Amino acid sequence: MSLQIDLHYERNMLIVRLSGELDHHTAELVKERMEEALTRPTVTHVILSLEHLHFMDSSGLGVILGRYKQVVAKGGRMVVCSVSPAVYRLFEMSGLFKILTIEENERRAVSSLEVVS
Amino acid sequence: MSNNFMKLEFASRSENESFARVAVASFVSQLDPTLNELTDIKTVISEAVTNAIIHGYDGNPDGIVTITCEIEDETVHISVEDNGRGISDLEQARQPLYTTKPELERSGMGFTIMENFMDRLEVETEPGRGTSIRMTKRIETKKALYN
Ligand SMILES: Nc1ncnc2c1ncn2[C@@H]1O[C@H](COP(=O)(O)OP(=O)(O)OP(=O)(O)O)[C@@H](O)[C@H]1O
Ligand SMILES: [Mg+2]
Repeated sequence: MSLQIDLHYERNMLIVRLSGELDHHTAELVKERMEEALTRPTVTHVILSLEHLHFMDSSGLGVILGRYKQVVAKGGRMVVCSVSPAVYRLFEMSGLFKILTIEENERRAVSSLEVVS
Repeated sequence: MSNNFMKLEFASRSENESFARVAVASFVSQLDPTLNELTDIKTVISEAVTNAIIHGYDGNPDGIVTITCEIEDETVHISVEDNGRGISDLEQARQPLYTTKPELERSGMGFTIMENFMDRLEVETEPGRGTSIRMTKRIETKKALYN
């Protein structure tokens, strides 16, 4: 598998670490795994950590936007962290950077959510 | 002397998307591109091949996707073709955020990304017959920095 999905639960947060390549082929799995995790009653907020994501295309934009909508509908917030310049460029091109909260690293992402919750 | 080129034909299956990216990137590597240029090329291949699979062939794995790649001095010419459904309104299809498959969580950014990452993009399409995307990019060879 060219993408590894690591789910981690911390208080009311779900931390999702993606490593490898996020494309049309692997996006489906991200959707499934995150949708399932989001049904847990303890999960309110989501942190998407992209430090080890080496490739992403528009399929990644679609799956991230889809999960963002889902988290917001549940009354939570979604923070994306450790974004590479290449991925950031796609966020800019699509306007996604305007709606997503982006933090430098996981630690900052966690503390930004601790403030709100 | 004719230009160097390569041609790939593969089944319209999503597991071939990463193969297509890597194959084209390694062919283009002979021009000594920067890492950013390689990422751009991998991304546009991924966009065009994904479009052929999900839109051209509607997810049917029995279609054939053809990629040709030709090197002319420092310029790379890439074409990605399918014999699928074609595009009836191309102008609309090329608009940012326009998608005919929102239910599949598509963002409508593929054409915009291809246009931004390449120097030129041409689309030839005929409803019922298929689509061919031709793209060109000049590689700013690293070697040039030292000359
Ligand atoms: N090879 C193709 N065959 C048929 N229709 C296509 C093809 N490529 C693109 N299209 C049409 O053009 C539209 C726009 O394509 P584009 O790649 O910009 O967005 P998308 O594929 O819908 O979403 P995204 O690329 O962000 O996942 C598609 O929704 C589809 O209707
Ligand atoms: Mg597309």
